[in-house]
Amino acid sequence: MATRHAMQHEPFRLGMLIHDTRYRNTTIQVLAFLLFAACAAWLIDNMLQNLAVLGKDFSFDFLWRRAGYDISQQPISYTSTSTHARAALVGLVNTLIVAAAACATATLLGVFAGVLRLSRNWIVARLMTVYVESFRNIPALLWIIVIAAVMSESMPTPAAFRGAHPSASMVLWNSVAVTNRGVYFPMPELSRSLGHLDFGLGTLSLDFLAIVGVLALSWVARSLLRRRADRALAATGRRPATGWKNALILVAPVTALLYLLGFHLQYPSISGLNFSGGLQLRSSFIALWLGLSVYTGAFIAEIVRAGILAISRGQTEAAHALGLSPARTMRLVILPQAMRIIVPPLISQFLNITKNTSLGLAVGYMDLRSTLGGITINQTGRELEGMMLMMLIYVCISLVISSAMNLYNHRTRLKER
Amino acid sequence: MAMTTNLIQARPRSTAVAGHARGGNALVRWVGKNLFNGWVSTLLTVVSVLAIGWLVAAVGPWLRNSIWSAGSLMECRSILDGASGACWGVIRDRWAQLLFGFYPSTLYWRPVTAFGLLLVALAPMLFPGLPRKILRFSALYPGLAFWLIWGGSFWFPVTIYIGLLIGISLFSRFSRKHLWLAAGIGMAGSICWWVFLSEPAFLWAESLVPTSVQAITSRQIGGFLLSVIIGVTGIVLSLPLGILLALGRRSSLPFIHATSVIFIEFIRGVPLITILFSASLLLNYFLPPGSNFDLILRVVIMVTLFASAYMAEVIRGGLAALPRGQYEAAEALGLDYWRTQRLVIMPQALKISIPGIVNSFIGLFKDTTLVVFIGLLDPVAIAAAIRAHTDWQGIYWELYIFIGAIFFLFCFGMSRYSMYLERRLKTDHR
Amino acid sequence: MKKYLLVIGAAAAMTTGLASAGTMADVQSRGTLRCGVVSGKAGFSAPDAKGVWHGLDVAYCRALAAAVLKDPNAVTFVPTTGQTRFSALASGEIDVLARTTTWTFSRDVDLKFTFVGVNFYDGQAFMVPKSLGIGSAKQLDGATVCITSGTTTELTLSEYFKRHHLSYEPVPIDTNAEIQQKYQAGACDVYTSDGSDLASIRSGFKNPDDHIILPEVISKEPLGPVVRQGDDQWADVARWTLNALIDAEELGVTKENVDQQARTSTNPEVNRLLGKEGNFGQQLGLDSEWAKRAIAVEGNYGEIYANNIGEKTPIKLARGLNALWENGGLMYSMPFR
Repeated sequence: MATRHAMQHEPFRLGMLIHDTRYRNTTIQVLAFLLFAACAAWLIDNMLQNLAVLGKDFSFDFLWRRAGYDISQQPISYTSTSTHARAALVGLVNTLIVAAAACATATLLGVFAGVLRLSRNWIVARLMTVYVESFRNIPALLWIIVIAAVMSESMPTPAAFRGAHPSASMVLWNSVAVTNRGVYFPMPELSRSLGHLDFGLGTLSLDFLAIVGVLALSWVARSLLRRRADRALAATGRRPATGWKNALILVAPVTALLYLLGFHLQYPSISGLNFSGGLQLRSSFIALWLGLSVYTGAFIAEIVRAGILAISRGQTEAAHALGLSPARTMRLVILPQAMRIIVPPLISQFLNITKNTSLGLAVGYMDLRSTLGGITINQTGRELEGMMLMMLIYVCISLVISSAMNLYNHRTRLKER
Repeated sequence: MAMTTNLIQARPRSTAVAGHARGGNALVRWVGKNLFNGWVSTLLTVVSVLAIGWLVAAVGPWLRNSIWSAGSLMECRSILDGASGACWGVIRDRWAQLLFGFYPSTLYWRPVTAFGLLLVALAPMLFPGLPRKILRFSALYPGLAFWLIWGGSFWFPVTIYIGLLIGISLFSRFSRKHLWLAAGIGMAGSICWWVFLSEPAFLWAESLVPTSVQAITSRQIGGFLLSVIIGVTGIVLSLPLGILLALGRRSSLPFIHATSVIFIEFIRGVPLITILFSASLLLNYFLPPGSNFDLILRVVIMVTLFASAYMAEVIRGGLAALPRGQYEAAEALGLDYWRTQRLVIMPQALKISIPGIVNSFIGLFKDTTLVVFIGLLDPVAIAAAIRAHTDWQGIYWELYIFIGAIFFLFCFGMSRYSMYLERRLKTDHR
Repeated sequence: MKKYLLVIGAAAAMTTGLASAGTMADVQSRGTLRCGVVSGKAGFSAPDAKGVWHGLDVAYCRALAAAVLKDPNAVTFVPTTGQTRFSALASGEIDVLARTTTWTFSRDVDLKFTFVGVNFYDGQAFMVPKSLGIGSAKQLDGATVCITSGTTTELTLSEYFKRHHLSYEPVPIDTNAEIQQKYQAGACDVYTSDGSDLASIRSGFKNPDDHIILPEVISKEPLGPVVRQGDDQWADVARWTLNALIDAEELGVTKENVDQQARTSTNPEVNRLLGKEGNFGQQLGLDSEWAKRAIAVEGNYGEIYANNIGEKTPIKLARGLNALWENGGLMYSMPFR
């Protein structure tokens, strides 16, 4: 008691800043902040001086100037008279498209390979091991370039489809054309379309909204049906058959709507030097997508395998004792528990995929890095501003993805007492 | 009782897998049990065999017609006379360029020796059973490797080391009295030496005993030599920075915690290629006007920053795996923060993190191929330069197979080592 | 910690000097000339199996090194991509960029560089396989076009196709080698680039005669070496070295006879060029034999052209616009007076 009383009245000495833990934390932080501010000031000063020497200034005006170059894959409308900002937006949308597609296929491939690697079948297990090990240990850039090379070497050119005796023909009842420029699919078209809503950045199709709305309603109807069936089961012990009813509810309204809107397919056909019409998946997109999928799929296979192996054998044995078949065991007992272990590293891999899309320039895919961080800064000479903007955009995308992961972690964490 | 539909419909039959051991060949029994066990398994086996067969049929003839002794693609084609075959002559002709870049061929022994000594220097850290004395060699290795690869006078790394020695001896002389003052004196001593005295000392030593070997410019380094240099230097240099960042992220001081988190999340959020572009385009803006660093040095700086963020996460995982009891025991013994870290926490945390560190290195080593986008001559860029030559224009597969095989060897070896280490560490902690 | 500090020391060693306005002084004190080149363009700058660089731009760099440093081999060739070349020059990483760079307004004014002359008059053209049966660029509607990204090529292409109301599918790629592979495999119909580039690449094909270069030349591409703006002395040295090579061809000074001409010529212009009369070398800050050394490396412009991209090389480019002005071309040296 006496000491505390004495401490409270002790006069403040300068040495207390370091020795007294009450003040030391503040001292350290103030010192760290001063050091940090000094470094930042030095860096920024250097930058301003260097800019002055080169006669450049720091401004983002270049974004509003005419771009002057064309982009092959344009999910939103773009011409060479659009601004650099629009080109960057096109690049960003391209990045997100290929990232989403690659994440989906990589997950499928990874789960498939991971589960199969644990299979009892010797050949399959070894084959999957070979796949995983060979794809993991070779850089992604090499895979992307090799897949692009395979596509351009072994697929026929459009010229092979022409002439009296073409050496190549379209597959799937003459609807899909596989060439070394890309794959052409029949494009769904609506002859009695409802129109578009035009925002500044893009257009939103009213047909799309209508289809989504009808599907949503069907989904709600299906849930209601399921709930009714569950109630019937609880009441009487027998569940009414819902399979065909579910299918009908999901499929029929949408089909009717599409028929009303005049749905038909536009087939690709060769005219001049290339195919026209139809939906085109360019070979650069396919190379990047496949390359990233198989590369990341190998990592995801390992993650899935580690997750499944981490569940103790007791769970499997108990499930077998209850009479569940191996497939049901996996689906109902093992995988739900393994999800908690699998999902965080899985989301890290999704983050890696998004970042690896920047390799697109190697195969000619115009993602964000190729447009904003490539052609734009090269033609305008604005490296500093362009690179900063690009890095900021990537950081934002990554933060969104990792906060999704943190949310998942938070919701599924084991609540310890 | 809202039971799920599926559970009520569970089949009450045994799920033990059938596979009656019929009398007969053990091989047949094995095949039956493993490959044709149920219709799904049979289907998979058939599909796998078909896939393997198709691959062999596609690649086999091409490999069978391998030509090793052609001097150009034209020669290969004339020997093959229309058939398709692999032209490995390009590897025979240019393997040295793929491995070493434009390093003078008479001096190949230098990087090869440096690589061998690297394995020796890393051995005590990777294989705990070896004698600790080798660590002294590991401490000297960076200077030796620098001299071997870049040439110049041997006294240059020696003077750098003398500066370090001065700093460390000053630090230990005063550390008993006051930790921070000692650190300050040590750093001041080292910096004084480096800025003022090292150059005259180096010139004087050089005039007495000349030890110069032929100097190599950084532009001559390419191929796998470049990848290994960037990878190893990046990881080794990122270790101290990563430790600081990991400690900072776990710190309770809000400013330090915030700065560490922002740095780590920013670096982890951007692709490596943008960081490499910063190295080649942007770093010059932030350095004092008039200075101009070597491109490889700039790349090493940025790669170090990049690797340190990932290293921080790995070490953070290692720190989290330590039981709280260690901190509490150290506190009970009266150790302050830095002594706790140095004597108790870090040795254990680093040991646990080594598999993670090796994985980071594998990832970084593979990512060194990205320097092709900034004009450095990594193996992919050298392959492009080879294919631009009129002798080898049009060749494709052989080069990428070679490069892929070497990457596979390196990375597979390292990942096997990492798995071995993880297994050992698990038994340690059981 | 030790290794960290070691790198700081290494940094001090690798700091390669000040990139101030005195590039000539830097080069002379450093002892080597840093020359930015393409990393693999047959005929212009490409390394052979031993790592020795050859080509039109390489020859110019060696001539410049011989003039300034008296040693044609005191050159470091820095491979640059289309994307990194300008920042490499601006930042001082290279002293001169000899990389088939087109002299345009924006590069001269906006990016703040100085072009020291034109060492190759070129134009953008198209190359197509003969089997497509196309004879003119106006038939290229809907074609897939391979381009090297980061060059004036993509802008010019876009404008040309827009002007003629043609549509196309661009495939931009970073390196020449990738584009060659795609074009040969038929993944793109057309390859567009400077005519010299097309010729150089066609020379390496399996059947060069299966590919034709379309007659339309859709742009002017005067290619020349570049230095930084604001350093007039260095720009003068670079400019007049190029002029010396062209003037040598005009005057008939070759690699074989340069020594003999220096001693015995009676042509006053030859004497001024080779340093026997006047003090042109000193005015540039060099000695009087600067041009003689430059010419002695690989000869005059005509010899350099013939050795690297002439009719007897696989590239087989005719002189065309690059002949001397007396022979109907545009190569015209400013007089040494």
